[in-house]
Amino acid sequence: MNKITRRQALGTTAGTLSALGLLGAAAHSATAASPAPAAPAGTVDEVFQGRRIQISPATGGGHHGGHHGSDLPTVRIDGRELHVMRNADGTWISVVNHYETFADPTSLARAAVRELQGAQLAPFAPMGGAA
Amino acid sequence: MTVRKNQATLSAEEKRAFTNALIELKRTGAYDRFVTTHNGFIMSDTDSGDRVGHRSPSFLPWHRRFLLEFEAALQTVDAKVTIPYWDWSADRTTRSSLWAADFLGGTGRARDGQVTDGPFAYATGKWDINVRVDGRNYLRRALGAGVAELPTKAEVDAVLSMPVYDMAPWNSSSNGFRNNLEGWRGANLHNRVHVWVGGQMATGVSPNDPVFWMHHAFVDKLWADWQARNPRSTYLPAAGTSNVVDLHDTMRPWNNVTPADMLDHRKFYTFDTEPAAASQR
Repeated sequence: MNKITRRQALGTTAGTLSALGLLGAAAHSATAASPAPAAPAGTVDEVFQGRRIQISPATGGGHHGGHHGSDLPTVRIDGRELHVMRNADGTWISVVNHYETFADPTSLARAAVRELQGAQLAPFAPMGGAA
Repeated sequence: MTVRKNQATLSAEEKRAFTNALIELKRTGAYDRFVTTHNGFIMSDTDSGDRVGHRSPSFLPWHRRFLLEFEAALQTVDAKVTIPYWDWSADRTTRSSLWAADFLGGTGRARDGQVTDGPFAYATGKWDINVRVDGRNYLRRALGAGVAELPTKAEVDAVLSMPVYDMAPWNSSSNGFRNNLEGWRGANLHNRVHVWVGGQMATGVSPNDPVFWMHHAFVDKLWADWQARNPRSTYLPAAGTSNVVDLHDTMRPWNNVTPADMLDHRKFYTFDTEPAAASQR
């Protein structure tokens, strides 16, 4: 495999966002149910059923549903990253709800919160059983 | 020759042999390596990048090979054990004997989804969930909660009559038999069953629930049933397709097995519904 792994790709996304100060901006918008005014479109920072959901939008490429990880948003629940993927038809799945599709990252994150029933996500670690 | 049987027909002794072998693989750590492999593919198989185990033509041969490896591991514990299949179009309620305490145990309790009866209940101390997507280390289920109904025989029949194995763009948006069976399109067969069971079965670490193997043994049987019903159809794509496994390409993680190698299940096992003569070939 010469393709970059999703972990590397997502790591790049997070790093880029950090460099731009966007992660910090999202964090400082605290528990607001709607995006802070200065946040880019797609930014979410809300509390749902007592869990904090933070979504930083994709930064990359613009290739629709592309294989570059930077085309994916970063979704966190109480600070832990949720592994998410976008389907070819534009719907979303996560590692917590893998066999069921959702219309957008917020619905996906809320479904994960319901499924977790208060549990913490495991550390984000794509394992590349592929490797 | 291995014969894979309908789980509903197993004797008490056969059920015990199967669950005992599962628990022994769990004890040695072999079981959890299968869970890790599956989740690695779940997270790396993408609609627009390389895809092998899911959302792609090789969904069926990949899982056939994965189950063969698992069945071989079970047989190192007990040579008589084979993977039973769960025909969820027939045994479609939470009251099925599949979910009884003498087999897989039942649904999870309301408070936290924990399965509390049967050989895989957390309290037995023999079925800790080690490869996980969250902090919970007990087996969970929520039978019939995520979706109310399992697929029907009519829905299965409609998918088995689709004559073309798979179609471009060879992913979760494809038409054709494979994707309608996998469930990203149409009535939704395979995916829906994962959601119906719930708990770990709805996640990337779905093999943590032993019913994973029985579900996939039935999906595998449906592939064989489709072949019997559509004798002129074959695996697609044939060659030269980017990001997916063509008929004679090797599949990760084994790198020594192709879809072509997996097309005839009778090289490895038969189903209890097939004539005995077939198993003599």
